[in-house]
Amino acid sequence: MINPPASFRWLRRVVLLVLAVFTLTPVAVMLSSSLKPLQDVQGPWRWMPSHLTLRPYVDIWKTVPLAKYFTNSLIVAGSATGLSVLIALLAGYAVSRYRFRGKKVFTITVLSTQMFPGILFLLPLFLIFVNIGNSTGIALYGSRGGLILTYLTFSLPFSIWMLAGYLDSIPRDLDEAAAVDGCGPIRTLVQIIVPAALPGIIAVAVYAFMTAWGEVLFASVMTNDQTRTLAVGLQGYATQTDVYWNQVMAASLVVSLPVVAGFLLLQRYLVAGLTAGAVK
Amino acid sequence: MPEKVIDRQAAGTGKEAAPQGAAPARRRLRDKFGRGALPYLLLLPALLAELLIHLVPMVTGIVMAFKQLTQFFIRDWSSAPWSGFDNFEVALEFNAPVGKALLHSFWVTCMFTVLSVGLSWLIGVTASIFTQDAFRGRGLLRAAFMLPYALPVFAAVITWSFMFQRDTGLINHVLHDQLHLTDDKPFWLIGDNSFWALLTVSVWKSWPFAFLTLTAGLQNIPRELYEAAALDGAGVWQQIRRITLPSLRPVNLVLVLVLFLWTFNDFNTPFVLFGKSAPQAADLISIHIYQSSFITWNFGQGSAMSVLLLLFLLLVTAVYLFATNRRREEAE
Repeated sequence: MINPPASFRWLRRVVLLVLAVFTLTPVAVMLSSSLKPLQDVQGPWRWMPSHLTLRPYVDIWKTVPLAKYFTNSLIVAGSATGLSVLIALLAGYAVSRYRFRGKKVFTITVLSTQMFPGILFLLPLFLIFVNIGNSTGIALYGSRGGLILTYLTFSLPFSIWMLAGYLDSIPRDLDEAAAVDGCGPIRTLVQIIVPAALPGIIAVAVYAFMTAWGEVLFASVMTNDQTRTLAVGLQGYATQTDVYWNQVMAASLVVSLPVVAGFLLLQRYLVAGLTAGAVK
Repeated sequence: MPEKVIDRQAAGTGKEAAPQGAAPARRRLRDKFGRGALPYLLLLPALLAELLIHLVPMVTGIVMAFKQLTQFFIRDWSSAPWSGFDNFEVALEFNAPVGKALLHSFWVTCMFTVLSVGLSWLIGVTASIFTQDAFRGRGLLRAAFMLPYALPVFAAVITWSFMFQRDTGLINHVLHDQLHLTDDKPFWLIGDNSFWALLTVSVWKSWPFAFLTLTAGLQNIPRELYEAAALDGAGVWQQIRRITLPSLRPVNLVLVLVLFLWTFNDFNTPFVLFGKSAPQAADLISIHIYQSSFITWNFGQGSAMSVLLLLFLLLVTAVYLFATNRRREEAE
């Protein structure tokens, strides 16, 4: 804006302040409640703990097997991210650098899957996994493998789209130079394209990890006691007769840390990747 | 036959320019596969994953909708008897309980989506315009605004459900104990209020994405435009109305569609907020279908409802794309 009058500047201050309060209140609730003794969260709400305690952070690991859920989430989200980035990179490279029959059908089909309600896949996928297990003995239902496969596919469409857009912005002169040096397509991809596309790849990885870390619907149906992830496990504090809200808040904070830290560190890559994909 | 890109400038990856003597056998192999099959090989993993997780289940889901697929046939669903359009008829029989509940859930979802998308967009556009000019602490504020997007859904929504608790929550403490706005402490997670609770959480969670996208969009508007307008005597509001908002149109088109689809299909928020049984007033369609499938184990019925939902979304998306395309063509 050029020359905003004082009224505009005041309005701006007030609105941004209100929005900051709206946005940060749950975070403040999480932080404050996670440091409260149990009686503080069983009575009327209080902003500050009656006395500070770190007990909730100790107890969360005992009330429910949080460490196990944490490990499961790390394995599932980590593997899904790695595989999704690799697969999306190959596909994005093909879409960006080659012309082939069915390219348009491929991109449209893949993108349109984004639109379909998860509930439509859930029931058939559940049955398909159960039936594959019954007929071949490959346990997908209830296993981490099944969940990894599901999550990597969830982030694929958007990742392919974003990476293809990003690769398009990398000058083809680079490919050409590599070709002159005698590089084949795969070596060009690994040695030339990947380093140049690293910001885009990081953006896709952040997105894929967040998708897998936060998903609830499929996690609640496709896992069992052994493979349960945080998304379902966190409700363990809330379904018992007593709700240990201070522990729920402590656990929420702990499970949020990896993604929030990663997101804040890498957000400019995500924004850049989003913009590159959207410009296309 | 698939071809390598020749016309796309400088897309060559080596065949033409490869040195003559270098490993002729390998080169021949590469020529044979590289020319035609390589792009398909690169796509193969993505294709397989999409087939197994998205496309085959979708087709299966559509087939299931025409079957009498109750709990007796879960182990071998292909043996379930065909039922024609029975499942659809039950779902669309709005005078009978099943259809009536589905229609109710549909209206609730429509109301919820319109309000949530509208408010998220409005807050997103306001915040992005207000943070366009640099000021001290802007980076920090932007990071704070993006927090709801970064937090895992389940952790954030469970915090909201704590805030909405009747006796121990923050909301009632502020509204009743501190501001004395209500005669009695209202329930937020059961009854009619649950709609507003759900809407609040949904807007809190969605607007940062609008903010992120619109902030990126604002960076493409050249500053000279504003300067020229200011020289012509345009005030701040006119700058916003005549320059900012029209420039954001292409971003808005995609953003609103994406927000609509996400919000309409939202399952995670009500599921974490209310647990397995959402109250009537906040019975979103995804959770409604989930409940009617997994409580009654009537997967055929649930699939028919999912197919109807898909058809509705396809229709809305098609109309939206058609209408916005035509408006763009008229504008040009």
